[in-house]
Amino acid sequence: MTKLLEIEGLQTHFFTRDGVAKAVDGVSLSLDRGEILGLVGESGSGKSVTGFSILGLVDPPGRVVGGRIVFDGADLVAGGERMMRGLRGRRIAMIFQDPMMTLNPVLRIDTQMIETVRAHADVSRAAARERAREALVRVGISSPDERLESYPHQFSGGMRQRVAIAIALLHEPDLIIADEPTTALDVTIQAQILSEVQTLCAEAGTALIWITHDLAVVSGLADRLAVMYAGRIIEAGPTAGIIARPAHPYTKGLIESVPQGKRHGTLLKQIGGMTPSLLHLPRGCKFAPRCPRADAACDPEPPLAEIAAGRGVRCVHPHLEAEESAAS
Amino acid sequence: MTEPLLEIDDVSKRFTTELDIAERMARRLGADLAPKTVHAVDRVNLAIRPGEVMGLVGESGCGKSTLGRMVAGLLSPSDGRIRYRGREIGTLDGAEARDAALKIQMVFQDPMSSLNPRLRVRDIVGEAPRVHRIVPRREVAAYAEEMLAQVGLDAATSKRYPHQFSGGQRARIGIARALAVKPDFLVCDESVAALDVSIQAQVLNLFVRLREEFDLTYLFISHDLGVVEHISDRIAVMYLGRLVELGQAEDLLARPNHPYTQALVAEIPTFSTEKKVYSAIKGEIPSPLKPPPGCHFHPRCPHAHERCRVEVPALKEVAPGRLSACHLNDAA
Amino acid sequence: MTDSIASDLEPVGTPAPARVDHPAKRVAKQFVEDPVAVVGLVLFLLVALVALLAPVLAPQNPYDLAQLDIMDGGLPPGEASFGTGMTYWLGTDTQGRDMVSAIMYGLRISLFVATVSLGLAITIGTVVGVTAAYFGGRIDSLIMRIVDLQLSFPAILIALILLALLGRGVDKVVLALVIVQWAYYARTVRGSAIVERRKDYIDAARCLALSDRRIMFRHLLPNCVPPLIVVATVQIAQAIALEATLSFLGVGVPITEPSLGLLIANGYDYLLSGRYWISLFPGIALVVTIIAINLVGDRLRDVLNPRLSS
Repeated sequence: MTKLLEIEGLQTHFFTRDGVAKAVDGVSLSLDRGEILGLVGESGSGKSVTGFSILGLVDPPGRVVGGRIVFDGADLVAGGERMMRGLRGRRIAMIFQDPMMTLNPVLRIDTQMIETVRAHADVSRAAARERAREALVRVGISSPDERLESYPHQFSGGMRQRVAIAIALLHEPDLIIADEPTTALDVTIQAQILSEVQTLCAEAGTALIWITHDLAVVSGLADRLAVMYAGRIIEAGPTAGIIARPAHPYTKGLIESVPQGKRHGTLLKQIGGMTPSLLHLPRGCKFAPRCPRADAACDPEPPLAEIAAGRGVRCVHPHLEAEESAAS
Repeated sequence: MTEPLLEIDDVSKRFTTELDIAERMARRLGADLAPKTVHAVDRVNLAIRPGEVMGLVGESGCGKSTLGRMVAGLLSPSDGRIRYRGREIGTLDGAEARDAALKIQMVFQDPMSSLNPRLRVRDIVGEAPRVHRIVPRREVAAYAEEMLAQVGLDAATSKRYPHQFSGGQRARIGIARALAVKPDFLVCDESVAALDVSIQAQVLNLFVRLREEFDLTYLFISHDLGVVEHISDRIAVMYLGRLVELGQAEDLLARPNHPYTQALVAEIPTFSTEKKVYSAIKGEIPSPLKPPPGCHFHPRCPHAHERCRVEVPALKEVAPGRLSACHLNDAA
Repeated sequence: MTDSIASDLEPVGTPAPARVDHPAKRVAKQFVEDPVAVVGLVLFLLVALVALLAPVLAPQNPYDLAQLDIMDGGLPPGEASFGTGMTYWLGTDTQGRDMVSAIMYGLRISLFVATVSLGLAITIGTVVGVTAAYFGGRIDSLIMRIVDLQLSFPAILIALILLALLGRGVDKVVLALVIVQWAYYARTVRGSAIVERRKDYIDAARCLALSDRRIMFRHLLPNCVPPLIVVATVQIAQAIALEATLSFLGVGVPITEPSLGLLIANGYDYLLSGRYWISLFPGIALVVTIIAINLVGDRLRDVLNPRLSS
């Protein structure tokens, strides 16, 4: 079976007043049907721009300048806006951090959902309404009939995000791209949404790209992880492997810098320095200036090399298993 | 037990949206309109000892920021008193009031909007020390650079404007500004929430170091129990304006008493190498405009019974040094 | 979605560029990207220069009666003087006044009245607006009701009534313009100050026990300047036009110090008899000035709009 999504050497650059910001520079990843991929990175890593590029939603001064995005056998970059319009909302859906990007504040929920259904499916209004109702039930909204007749502002933040998810699910898409959908929500609400998304994707066999800065949250959700830094993927592979034995010094630093209870009162391990500006990237490995392991070998920049099955690392001095066991 | 440095004594804060002229007229004509009142903070008692880090957790709308702003003197309580070293905040005059105000400083959440974009960093840090004559005028520039160095910023950056710094650096500038007036007490309101994970660790470490170096006491407010637990000695948990649990940090995480705290503890993000089953507490956070009667948490509580729907549970000692507001403790 | 892309790109942290780019420099850089605006700016500077240097540049002092020759009255453009032989490039009025000189002096008065009233109105409006926004509550309501009341009457009506009561005079026109204009600035400043007031840096300043006056004028005010500049460019054009209207209607500046508006009024009677130049050329000068200012203002609005430049 072919992959559902294959991205090869994607480059999305922003042509700003101060120079070219290479927000995404040579990203390759692939996704099977029904798979959940966690795309992790900090601000400026290019994770969101990657998501927007797949959907063809990069606005000027940004532009996809290179690479291929092959969705179910069709190249989206070559297909252009026309092809994208046919897929967006029907086969590929997006959930944003702010649900109000999906919801129109002046329209009732039922109007919006019925329109979305009928945009891609030739069904009657009544049938469309029924589908909308079912979608709301699926995302755990009680009294869906009443909710259908409400306006977005009458909902809480968590409820709005659920409606946005329900809208994304209307056409049972093959792929959902979720950009930090729970970041703005409270922890107890975040857990509800995560559990529902997990069940829904499993039931419908929907593939999911979950874009987030929070490695901990996505570790309980994703099958595979891809960690981005400065527009590149620096580590990718099955979740369990990366969390248990991060190979790239950046991934390792990220995991260690999350307060995890047991080390109360002590100093956290921290990654020194700061995220480089996309306009002034360092030579060679982009993480080298902050990396404790960096030396002369880190320039030129290493490629994403396979260190185990399905496990890639872009590093000259990765933390390898053998070395770990030798040290302990 | 030592005398508390800061005492929050039965403090409430209500916000009332008054009706405008048109609404008042409509009301005279019989419309169903009334001024809306939010009980942002509802009779909270808390005593913070010198040198202690008190963590304050809760979700949005629970009143934790309002409480922090009252402590920092930015809001005044509707009821109750806040005492700093035994003297009530806001009752002093003149130079005394100013000195007392300077002793409690605040570090804000948004590293951008908390810095005046039109001022150079050295003026942001140096203004208050100059105006209040904390250092002689001629030494202000050097003093500001020294403060910046304390938080890990190069003195060479002192002529720049806030927009020329990254988020983490801006957070540091905000801390330097607070330190520059020689405070004893810092209210940190979500001070690391807006930062990237790797930067957040740097700033948390900075807080830990500064506390030792300057003998500071913190009220550390955050929605992230993981972060709060890391830095705090004791933790207070708020839900819809009320304090629901208080205890030693490690103990509270190990044995949460209140069902709400239990839910929060369960949702601390942890790294898992396999798929996690999220067992969330049900329901939405109610609007603070219409909090449920009785225990505010009862509509979402798996153990709620009849009494919870009617009677507000009192905050009682359930173990040494541990307070919790839950009726379940009476049944046992 | 531009928002989240922007935020994804934004926190550029590395040793920020060593040069300190002052906000004003950035604005200047962006301003010159629009050639039309640059033309407007050049025109305006030219007009301002002419007004400023009128006594030096003008061929004659049009209000020194000794320099006028009644024999030269009503000459069309390009004719030479009967007495001195000097060429009247834009003709003369009925009293033999060189129109080039008259326009230069008229510009001088028009711009003087407009800028002085602008300065006073901005000062009053800013203080009032910042005070209203900073203190809020009753003070704010009271001030804003007065502003609303003031803005609900047409400016020309208020100015006409005032001048009818006060009489003619440059100082009185200035006073009338200040009275009709301060409310615009008060409202503009209050609008942006209310937004800024809610930001944390104001709370931080309060935490640092800085005085209200210091917070209002050193922290709040400088952050409300961009919209103020935009309103000021619109208003200065308005002030020039309003002054011209008042003078045209005969309630503005006195005949001894004629502004462009009064020049137009003076020539108005002769328009139908074919001596178009007495009104037309001052009119063109007025239009050019106002257009130049508006071009500059439009561009400034684009450049200073925080939503367009990030």
